[in-house]
Amino acid sequence: MSTLISTEDREGRSLPVIRERGQREVFCGLTSIVWLHRKIQDAFFLVVGSRTCAHLIQSAAGVMIFAEPRFATAILEDRDLAGLADANDELDAVVDRLLSRRPDIKMLFLVGSCPSEVIKLDLAVAAKRLSKRFLPKVRVLNYSGSGIETTFTQGEDGCLAALVADTAASKTAKPSLLVVGALADIVEDQFGRLFKALGIDDVKFLPGRTAGTQPEIGPNTHYLLAQPFLRDTARALDELGAQRIDAPFPIGAEGTTEWLRAAANIWGVDEARFERAIELPRSRAEKSLVRYRETLQDKSIFFFPDSQLEVPLARFLSRELGMQLLEVGTPYLHQDLIEKELDFLADTATLSEGQDVDAQLDRCLEAQPDITVCGLGLANPLEAKGLVTKWSIELMFSPIQGFDQAGDAAELFARPLIRKRRLAV
Amino acid sequence: MKLTVWTYEGPPHVGAMRVATAMDDVHFVLHAPQGDTYADLLFTMIERRSERPPVAYTTFEARDLGGDTANVFKKTLNEAHDRFDPDLILVGASCTAELIQDDPGGLAKRIGLPVPVVPLELPSFSKKEHWGASETFYQIVRNLADRTVRRAKPVRGRPRCNILGPTALGFRHRDDVSEIAGLLSYLGVDLNIVAPLHASPADIKQIGHADFNVVLYPEIAETTARWLEKTFGQPYTKTIPIGVGATREFIQEVRELGNLLETEDLDQSNLPWWSNSVDSTYFTGKRVFIFGDATHAIAAARVATEEIGFEVVGLGCYNREFARDVRDAAKKYGVEALITDDYLEVEDAISKAQPELILGTQMERHIAKRLGVPCATIAAPVHVHDYPARYSPQMGFEGANVIFDTWIHPLLMGLEEHLLGMFREDFEFNDAAGPSHISGHAESPATVTELPTSVGWAPEAEAELRKVPFFVRGKARKNTEQFARERHLDTISLDTLYEAKAHYGR
Repeated sequence: MSTLISTEDREGRSLPVIRERGQREVFCGLTSIVWLHRKIQDAFFLVVGSRTCAHLIQSAAGVMIFAEPRFATAILEDRDLAGLADANDELDAVVDRLLSRRPDIKMLFLVGSCPSEVIKLDLAVAAKRLSKRFLPKVRVLNYSGSGIETTFTQGEDGCLAALVADTAASKTAKPSLLVVGALADIVEDQFGRLFKALGIDDVKFLPGRTAGTQPEIGPNTHYLLAQPFLRDTARALDELGAQRIDAPFPIGAEGTTEWLRAAANIWGVDEARFERAIELPRSRAEKSLVRYRETLQDKSIFFFPDSQLEVPLARFLSRELGMQLLEVGTPYLHQDLIEKELDFLADTATLSEGQDVDAQLDRCLEAQPDITVCGLGLANPLEAKGLVTKWSIELMFSPIQGFDQAGDAAELFARPLIRKRRLAV
Repeated sequence: MKLTVWTYEGPPHVGAMRVATAMDDVHFVLHAPQGDTYADLLFTMIERRSERPPVAYTTFEARDLGGDTANVFKKTLNEAHDRFDPDLILVGASCTAELIQDDPGGLAKRIGLPVPVVPLELPSFSKKEHWGASETFYQIVRNLADRTVRRAKPVRGRPRCNILGPTALGFRHRDDVSEIAGLLSYLGVDLNIVAPLHASPADIKQIGHADFNVVLYPEIAETTARWLEKTFGQPYTKTIPIGVGATREFIQEVRELGNLLETEDLDQSNLPWWSNSVDSTYFTGKRVFIFGDATHAIAAARVATEEIGFEVVGLGCYNREFARDVRDAAKKYGVEALITDDYLEVEDAISKAQPELILGTQMERHIAKRLGVPCATIAAPVHVHDYPARYSPQMGFEGANVIFDTWIHPLLMGLEEHLLGMFREDFEFNDAAGPSHISGHAESPATVTELPTSVGWAPEAEAELRKVPFFVRGKARKNTEQFARERHLDTISLDTLYEAKAHYGR
């Protein structure tokens, strides 16, 4: 079941978009917990769901890396399904046990799942009730990571949107910059230094690294999305009066330059200062890409939908490394958030939104790309058919944003090709 | 509602997937929301399978809920049939689909596809993975087995059997099947079918054409074996051939079921001599904690005690369905069985028991890492490392060799242990250095849980205790404090420490 429609960029060039509905070979939003629980260091994520949810998170993490993780599942059992009042009491008991075991926890997210949504267990009400009991020690928030509503990175979107909705409005008149989206700590620190060099001093990151360091937000907040999948978070920020800075995403030398420039323009940073501030790191980024261009130049690439990072990555790979884009699949195309990215992509690729995995596999095998970006369920079967693959989840789990990670991002795509070249078996 | 950090078993539909994926020419149409496809990666990544599991997921969304999720199911079923052309279709629901009660079995029946369709009831909110695998295998056999196929008189006097239980994503199932099939052939038994692994629906039809069944994994195959016994009069083996002794008993059992004569001695395992050779003296009495599925845990306890000379200080399983067997076995070793699927409870029990070796699953490997205790895996849940490239069975005589090597590897070598005992304060060669043949031993043994105490330690006794190797230090502390408490001593002196040592023997 697919329809081919066409979207236009601002200059009127067209980008064909395949819209599909069928089997989706993607994670649900619960998976975001795997990185979110490391990012906010005193937060705990309690999924209210089934054994499937618990099994998913532990399997998606690949290996069980964290002996005592800051996430768990309250597994619904037959008796919880009998009556809702009972389910709420049970949830309170689970939260009691959890918080007494982990007195270091300052923020608790109740995360909705498919079964909790279907039985209409109202976690917003539960979060309010529990907050009343545990504040000021523990803040209890909720969002949904259910597969019937969210795909993979949308879990982070839901989490950050919940954080924003629970934020006190800032009353300061001084403009401040808010960078939105979980980034590796090292990337945040690099961006912090760059903004400082640009003269933008008041820079905050969302999410903050602890419950106590979540940024204030208000009409004088200008926000810059660091990730393309934060549709609901952007909406929540808009509701608090914050102003979005439209920009491409900070992947690659060009993406990072334009992302920083968009903020610099709001702060009225002059061109000379901007150039001075980014000159060195940008030339480092460009230098780091040269090494991989030899491997990647003119190679064709096919993206299966996964994290919504596909469009910015495709732009980076095509413009900075000379790759040929075949199909760029993404779970959702938030056109307003990635308009700047689409401008760069015009006439170079076919976009696809949603998924019918069997039909898409047919197209991929027909196209015989030099490299295919796909999820863990598809990678080995495609390798066995002679294709070279890159696991898309690694793109979420590695720092790829910013100047000093541009080479690392390119390396992730070059390595499978280099491996293929080396192996003689 | 149950608070769960890690789970030992997936939901029952994952068990169904293990059966479907193991078989040939089968497709499983699963009514499930987006995200449930995560289960594919268990097979393609952990087990390194080169094909996608034969599962079509309906991927219904929130907006379908008010409307027609049943139609989404019917469409997926029709498309899967047209695209994959299987000889058997399984239909079922994952947890959320179970709640919306679309009745995949009923819908499939109304469509009336020209292939057999087996509906599966997989109650996600009360059952788990092994149960799902067992139920799926049972339903397939019950629905497909041709009841007119009977075993005629054995040709040339050779009996014939089926091997039941191996699935995809099992712990060493692939190699266990090779090992046991080889053994059976050596004994003069012909193989009818192996199932579910590599069996086609056509093979299952012929399942009656055997004299008896060999059950390798009761968690998956016992229900089916019982039904086959009732329906076809096929008895089945009860001994799980893990370890030398059990393999010998298994051979005896097969000979009886197949009316075979005793042939020459088959004992081809190195384990007996390896365990009897002097170097193995240092295994004697080592304290071992065992946890896994019931079958592997019980077998491990026997090998550990009878074939290596360890002492079992803990024995348990996560699958309640087989709790009774584990309780019986635990009695034999004088320990209380630990029946739980709560990871935190297992961790607690292990740190209290202070073992010198843990035989467990990937979950216990984590506990072992935290506590700084050596560990070897004996059962699922599995990890990519549990699929070695080399031949590595657990069953049969070669399995016994593999077990000996695997369990012994994380331990200190004999003389090494003595040197550590003699020169405990050597700055380069001490507790924290770990076995010399294992590099990167970064875990600090300081993480070993020191139990709270009501008895005081004199500084010189405390310092002496620190010279005891870390893997027995906890035990020494516990014993000494117990000794002091029984004698109403307020303070443990150097002498108390050594008196306790003399009292307890070690």
